[in-house]
Amino acid sequence: MTSIMTNEIQQKTSAKFFDRVGRSAVGMLEEVGRYGVMLFDSIYWLVMGPNLKQPVRVASVFSEMMEIGIRAIPIVGMMAGTIGIMLAIQGIYTLRIFGAESRVVIGIAFSMVREFGPLITGILVAGRSGSALAARLGTMKISQEIDALEVMGINPVRFLVVPALLGCLIMVPALTFFGDVVGLWAAGVYVGVALDISMAAYIDQTIDILSVDDLMHGLGKSVIFAVLIALIGVLNGFMVKGGAEGVGKATTRAVVHCISALVVTDMLFAFMVTR
Amino acid sequence: MQMAATKQKNENAPAITPGNVIEVRNLVTYYGTRRILNDVSLDIREGEIMVIMGGSGSGKSTLLRYLMALEKQTSGTINILGHDIGTISKKDFFNMRKKLGVAFQGGALFSSMTVGENIMLPLYEHTKLDRKTMEIMARMKLEVVSLAGFENLMPSELSGGMIKRAAVARAIVMDPKILFFDEPSAGLDPVVSSALDDLILTLREAMGMTIVVVTHELESAFKIADRITMLDRGDILFQGTVEEIRSHPSERIQNLLNRRSEDQTIDPDEYMKRLTGEDVKGRLA
Repeated sequence: MTSIMTNEIQQKTSAKFFDRVGRSAVGMLEEVGRYGVMLFDSIYWLVMGPNLKQPVRVASVFSEMMEIGIRAIPIVGMMAGTIGIMLAIQGIYTLRIFGAESRVVIGIAFSMVREFGPLITGILVAGRSGSALAARLGTMKISQEIDALEVMGINPVRFLVVPALLGCLIMVPALTFFGDVVGLWAAGVYVGVALDISMAAYIDQTIDILSVDDLMHGLGKSVIFAVLIALIGVLNGFMVKGGAEGVGKATTRAVVHCISALVVTDMLFAFMVTR
Repeated sequence: MQMAATKQKNENAPAITPGNVIEVRNLVTYYGTRRILNDVSLDIREGEIMVIMGGSGSGKSTLLRYLMALEKQTSGTINILGHDIGTISKKDFFNMRKKLGVAFQGGALFSSMTVGENIMLPLYEHTKLDRKTMEIMARMKLEVVSLAGFENLMPSELSGGMIKRAAVARAIVMDPKILFFDEPSAGLDPVVSSALDDLILTLREAMGMTIVVVTHELESAFKIADRITMLDRGDILFQGTVEEIRSHPSERIQNLLNRRSEDQTIDPDEYMKRLTGEDVKGRLA
């Protein structure tokens, strides 16, 4: 009798487990589908908007570029500089074991341009703009501003999403390039002091080492990061339910998902392109 | 050739009864698995003020969302200004929307724009008017709602009543054929609420719009309505004029009008199940 009951309990527990796994798998697929639909919708409105007399406003794109890009310059510069110096410190410490400190420039150049520049910029933009997008759209949704747009015959994707997406697409690679330059320069200052190398020699070595492919590797990643940040921020905003608490949750979720997506994409990109 | 032209004409002809601007037939809606509207059919006539009333949870806000074409029905048909919402093309849908105006419960003004910019937004998006003309039109509409001179303020600088009036100014800026009000009196003191009722009547007189108001305020409904639709638990209890509803013999309607709660007989077994949560488990199983 006891064994039959134990069996029943085990069966129920495993059924519940598989039920939960199944539900989360379906949920994840649904979410991926939503991102796909949102991207498709954005491209549709960008291309077809003028035909439907609903063009994407250039002023809105500039306004997003200002918010996403220009206002992020100080923090991206500061963080990229810090990372550059940190790379120089760690690189010199590691290479000293082999007595090859002078080769640190290679490590700094590749790491900064191929990896840290795009990643740090992506994470900062995700923290600043991904969360801001989610909070802005979430607040608009709960205060019925999105409904108001729809009733006025203004498509919310065209009016709110496409400018943010374009703003990200233009400004994230631009910020990445800026971060690369600042990071390399800051590392050069440290290397110059630590190894007694002139800045001119450091710049010469860096230019010799880096190819256009290296630069494009980093900038290519930043384009993917830009799409991810915009879509995750926007979709989390649109999915807000339940007032102010919902907005808070969506904002947190957007940042966590953005950063996770960037890191995983970064790894996959490196795996596919670098080997 | 002539037959083809006639067929084309027939297809384009509005499938709506002349004199009606909105027709709803057999609308059934769900929120998840919960049924919200049960087979609702409704006509809204051109130029009338139709008030949709009902208590909390009666389905009136849901019905309004369908009337404003914010939701697409999966069951039944909705025809707005001659367009069947189920089959309308994207282009016609956007053109139709330009003929609708909505004053939302909380105003739904864009917080990042000034009052004037909020009102000019539909003009900016749908017309080729120059900025100066748009500003003049915005001021005209603000004048109509007694908010002249407030165009440069941000929505956060306005009171509740002013926000609602600014929302009305934005809703009427494109001279819509149908104007919707969602709970216009909610959160307002009786004086401001009465002024808003007067504004609704003035708008109908001055602009000849069809106005649909969703409210649970009886006084306001009796003051402005040409016809009233009363909803209760997803069903239409009554449709008719103010006089007809006042003299209606139904006890349920009179209870709602006189704010009397209905006597509910409690089944002890059902009550016990609700307390122990067994009814929920049963529904989920």
